[in-house]
Amino acid sequence: MAKVTIDGQTIEVADGTTILQAARMIGPEVAPPTMCYYSKLKTSGGYCRTCLVEVSKGSEKDPRPMPKLVASCRTTIMDGMEVKNMTSDKVIDARKGVVEFLLLNHPLDCPVCDQAGECQLQDLGYEHGSAKTRTDFERRTFDKIDIGNKIQLHMTRCILCYRCVKTAEQITDGRVHGVLNRGDASEISTYIEQAIDNDFSGNLIDVCPVGALTDKTFRFKSRVWFTKPVDAHRDCDKCSGKTVVWYKGEDVLRVTGRKDQWGEVEEFICNTCRFDKKKTSDWTIEGPRAISHQSVISANHYTKMVKPRELTLNNIKTIALTEGENK
Amino acid sequence: MSKKILLEHIDVPGIETLAVYREKGGYASVEKALKTMTPDAIVEEVKKSGLRGRGGAGFPTGMKWSFLAKPEGVARYLVCNADESEPGTFKDRYLMEKIPHALIEGMITSSFALGANTSYIYVRGEYFYIIKILEKAIADAYAAGWLGKNILGTGYDLDLYVQAGAGAYICGEETALLESLEGKRGNPRIKPPFPAIAGLYGCPTVVNNVETIAAVVPIVNNGGDWYAGIGIGRSTGTKLISASGHINKPGVYEIEMGITVEDFIYSDEYCGGIKNGKKLKAVVAGGSSVPILPAEMILTTANGEKRLMSYESLADGGFATGTMLGSGGFIVMDETTSIVQNLHTFARFYHHESCGQCSPCREGTGWMEKILHKILEGHGTLEDVDLLWEIQRKIEGNTICPLGDAAAWPVASAIRHFRHEFEEYVKNPSAIKDVKHYHNMHNLVTA
Repeated sequence: MAKVTIDGQTIEVADGTTILQAARMIGPEVAPPTMCYYSKLKTSGGYCRTCLVEVSKGSEKDPRPMPKLVASCRTTIMDGMEVKNMTSDKVIDARKGVVEFLLLNHPLDCPVCDQAGECQLQDLGYEHGSAKTRTDFERRTFDKIDIGNKIQLHMTRCILCYRCVKTAEQITDGRVHGVLNRGDASEISTYIEQAIDNDFSGNLIDVCPVGALTDKTFRFKSRVWFTKPVDAHRDCDKCSGKTVVWYKGEDVLRVTGRKDQWGEVEEFICNTCRFDKKKTSDWTIEGPRAISHQSVISANHYTKMVKPRELTLNNIKTIALTEGENK
Repeated sequence: MSKKILLEHIDVPGIETLAVYREKGGYASVEKALKTMTPDAIVEEVKKSGLRGRGGAGFPTGMKWSFLAKPEGVARYLVCNADESEPGTFKDRYLMEKIPHALIEGMITSSFALGANTSYIYVRGEYFYIIKILEKAIADAYAAGWLGKNILGTGYDLDLYVQAGAGAYICGEETALLESLEGKRGNPRIKPPFPAIAGLYGCPTVVNNVETIAAVVPIVNNGGDWYAGIGIGRSTGTKLISASGHINKPGVYEIEMGITVEDFIYSDEYCGGIKNGKKLKAVVAGGSSVPILPAEMILTTANGEKRLMSYESLADGGFATGTMLGSGGFIVMDETTSIVQNLHTFARFYHHESCGQCSPCREGTGWMEKILHKILEGHGTLEDVDLLWEIQRKIEGNTICPLGDAAAWPVASAIRHFRHEFEEYVKNPSAIKDVKHYHNMHNLVTA
């Protein structure tokens, strides 16, 4: 066991835990945002750099601070480590830079993007980004690629988080897609325009943090916030059959995996459940889905959304001071 | 008088052949090491020598070797990084082309010291003719019994392979090199674990530069103390410098660490002064990624001392007034050079070579290149210069591998020392001819 302090809050965790996992155990107010890390996928993370944190004390044995910001998703904790996330100006500054880099070539076609409303890049931009853009160059664009009859790849929106590559690598056989080219010309693609046709390919849609991989059976059917999610299950011989079914009126518009509070699916589901079971009679309904505070469909459901910016060091100090005075 | 260790026999005709190399005392280190020394004793000598990695980072080689994990029953590997792609650096090519057996000998001795029975030389893809030279040298070494099973009857086996890269600068980063060697996409790995714990095929691995491995030969022959006596302070031994740019005698020079920069540029023994009697304007001292320094700063340190060719002296003053020895790619620029134009060339290189794994480098390198192009074409504003500074600051230190830093440092140093030149480009756009708008390459390709 090791003790780690993140933004002033201490927690004791098992050895080998990463800073990010420890922060998530403490709670969303200290957990760094992630775009590429996915707890269900091995070796994911480290690419997007949004979860950079400052290690102000290395460990009890070696208290020296780490010279650079570190990716919290890939750095394991040491006993006595002290980490600054939202309380570090350096981190906030660097994260703002990362958001700017991620949006540099992202099309911002949110009004016509199916991911809008459940897009992690939207949330990240809202919570950590700047209000205006500093670039006037053309964005890179790609043609849409068809990677099977159920999934569309819109590479222009991709932020190269590698999640879909790791998903294909780890939960399916015979991966046919990966990253081609390099630098800002690199792209997710199948070689040579092959279809992805395994039974679990639909999970690529769920893990995609942006609208690069979308469900063709749902495309342009409805904005996410006009649909109603319910937990449902069915007997499936391929997967657990535990899903979220999204209704608009009486119609089932789409089926997805169940996502936890970090936007990560709890269990990967098969393509039959996802694409072929679009009737209420296919499902045993469990009840309404608990909605994350980050979702737009949570309108009027949430109590208060804490914006991370309100938690910066100065504000924490002021709040603490006023509380003390009141006592 | 120059001190030559690695290039001592460079002028001997036929030194590239095994017979002549042997005549000149070649492979003595292998005999000495395998027959009279234990692996640990060799590591100890290398530690004593103070030899530092010649690829650019300058990490003490002996220390790197002693970090190598040695679990029972797990193979260990030595990989030679011959993916020399840093603009301005060409010393490894020279060494491998002229004296290939120096590298092979170093590989055998070093592999023995590390307990590796399979070793690789990863050569830059563009050096296709070097690959042939090395393969010939390796075949000769096999035939003469320096490689293969039971070398010199000592029971030590070593197989040595040459692997060609495919033309990516990033594969010179040690973990990207290992990925590439394993046949994967050359993306740098996230560290830890370091290669010394889990490197090639997940086994403990040491990755060393060509020059570093070649330097092990004289260290084993003459002892670590002898090597430590050469050079200055913690910069021991000699260093190969690739001198290029506006000088009278460009080429590869072996210098003893500690000669003055002024000597190196102006003496007839080395660069021979600036071409056409022009004035020195700036120097990039260690390959394109290290900070560029104006003439007065490269010749003297901030406290008025003469700057020396050594790790410490070149780094004196930090990045405010200093730079780095890096890989020894010494690029000299005379008064006619446009710093902005030169920086654009560097920025284009890093944009082209970014692997695209992590966002700051993938997006930032392209952005910097576009802004520099804009300034160069006469459309820049003063805000653009500030923005450039901001972008490099957001890249530096925030990436997976040092390519982000390598892309950021030239931009930072050019603005730090030559801001007035950027402002000139911005304020007098009419002075710049042929005004064109920047075209986004990707749009041209896919539109």
